[in-house]
Amino acid sequence: MSRADPAVSPAGLGRRRAVGFMLPALVLIGVFLVFPALWTIYLGLTDYRLTGLAAADPHVVGAANFTEALGDDRFRSSLWLTVQYVLGSAVVGQAVLGFALAWTLRNRPGPVKRITEGLVLLAWILPSSVVAFLWIALLDRDEGTLNAILHTPGTAWLLDHPMSSIIVFNVWRGTAFSMMLYGAALENVPPSHLETARLAGASTVQQLRDVVLPRIRGHVLTNLLLISLWTFNDFTAFQITAGGPEGRSEILPMYIYNVALSGGRLGFGAAISFLVLLINLVFAFAYLRILRGRREVVVP
Amino acid sequence: MISLRGLTKEFPGGVRAVDALDLDIGDGEFFALLGPSGCGKTTLLRTIAGLETPTSGTVAIGGADVTRLPPGRRDVAMVFQDYALFPHMDVTANIAYPLRIRKVPRARREEKAAETAARLSLTELLARRPGQLSGGQQQRVALARAIACHPKVFLFDEPLSNLDARLRLEARTFLKRLQRELAVTTVFVTHDQGEALALADRIAVMSAGRITQLGTPAEVFRRPATTFVAGFIGSTPMNLLPGTAEGGRLHVAGAVLPLPSEVPDGPVVYGLRPEYADLSPSPPPFGDGDAFSGKVAVVENLGTAHLVTLECGDHLVQAVAPEGEEPALGALAWVVPRPGRALIYRDDALLTAA
Repeated sequence: MSRADPAVSPAGLGRRRAVGFMLPALVLIGVFLVFPALWTIYLGLTDYRLTGLAAADPHVVGAANFTEALGDDRFRSSLWLTVQYVLGSAVVGQAVLGFALAWTLRNRPGPVKRITEGLVLLAWILPSSVVAFLWIALLDRDEGTLNAILHTPGTAWLLDHPMSSIIVFNVWRGTAFSMMLYGAALENVPPSHLETARLAGASTVQQLRDVVLPRIRGHVLTNLLLISLWTFNDFTAFQITAGGPEGRSEILPMYIYNVALSGGRLGFGAAISFLVLLINLVFAFAYLRILRGRREVVVP
Repeated sequence: MISLRGLTKEFPGGVRAVDALDLDIGDGEFFALLGPSGCGKTTLLRTIAGLETPTSGTVAIGGADVTRLPPGRRDVAMVFQDYALFPHMDVTANIAYPLRIRKVPRARREEKAAETAARLSLTELLARRPGQLSGGQQQRVALARAIACHPKVFLFDEPLSNLDARLRLEARTFLKRLQRELAVTTVFVTHDQGEALALADRIAVMSAGRITQLGTPAEVFRRPATTFVAGFIGSTPMNLLPGTAEGGRLHVAGAVLPLPSEVPDGPVVYGLRPEYADLSPSPPPFGDGDAFSGKVAVVENLGTAHLVTLECGDHLVQAVAPEGEEPALGALAWVVPRPGRALIYRDDALLTAA
């Protein structure tokens, strides 16, 4: 460039002023995101505890926490429960049910659509403590609404079927997001494309396969990424089962809480948090790969 | 053959898009539904396709009542205004799509797609995706998709309106030839009267959900049944002037004109196409009364001719002047109707005999 002044950026903003604009945001990100993440990695390498000697004077124990976690049955069972939780409540439950709702409601007249959307949305916007109380009241062994409806007095849903209970709970809780996202995505499918398929004699399944899904694939991927990550890290169900009974609904976020805060082993908890972070990153990168692959196919 | 009997489509909210309509369309006919937007022509087409369910009445195709059949079982193919090509499929897959739904084996349907594409000069483009095609090519792919499955009826919704003006004329000629060759019953919707006149064997002019006039392009152009049709058909708007019939003479916009004998005395509407009037810079020899006289208010260049607007008292009268003979703005001029070309309406019905 002819104006070889290194202090002036193309936008005409001096480098110093540009840095000035960026700094507050960078400081916030640094203090609240980068530092805690690094601190977690450091803690994961120590035997730091909530109370006692190791709280006052933690020692670096190297990879001991990680090897312990990977060899621990409770960690592995928790990981397996988390996989069930994510697949069951997010991928199958929320995504499929959300899409089904969006697809069914797409051409409905105003009131039906608005009322259904309103109810589904309500489950999403209620505070988690309120929602947890509602579900405890619903599933209670003695006075529970569900037992009253099903005429199954004395069934202890949360004790006998803790995983199924929190999976159904999370489907109920989170479907609104998928429904709204797919609802918006379906607006992008031109009616004439669906009608062309109908005129060719395509069934609903064929219309979905040939017209709708290719059109909203990006939305589906984004939705799956977001709800998988959210569900993977979700802590709301803790207020219903607290991971019990006997750890049978102890998904990873609950496990970390139980180990680090209830059990007081902050260092061990931090190590597991770091493993969870790695799993989240794997999710995100896999999604980005798929999305990039898709772009290359669409724009040859 | 398509037969519609008492066909009514009422939308929620009480809008009657199609109102108790009867219509027969013959085998192999190229049929136009013409009208301004909101007249119900697209709803009628979609009802024939099965995309809308009629409130009452029946639709029969080829003698069979299809009123309750879903669109996929009516053996019709529709080309939409936006062509509705699937962006993620190449041209072959798009053309072969209806065959794929009918479970035609892959080899057979690709052969069929290639054959149809060759007929529409699309062979070079078979491996491309719709996003890489021009508007005209996309339209031909949409046509090919309709043709490849050999339907009983073609339905076209504004087939030419997404093309630019020059391409539209080419596509029009192409479409007419193609329809002749295939000889498949074709119904198309258009708001462009020129397109309807040029393409169709017969035209139904629609307004407010009803057919106002049904006839060949020549009939509809020469003898519009109502002033609405008269005003709608023709590339330049017809002069429609209020007048009075009195003792065999017609008093209209300051002129006194001869009147066909069958018109009784009373108020009438006088219709004259600007193309059927001659413009003269001097009064016609047989007296001032046989022509409209006025000052030239507007001159519009139509290319090979000029559309001239005269101010005749309170009324505006338009006539077409040949190239090079256009009058100067503000000059005095006379519009002489050609004999036998004027149309007389009373109570919105045509009085003039053929």
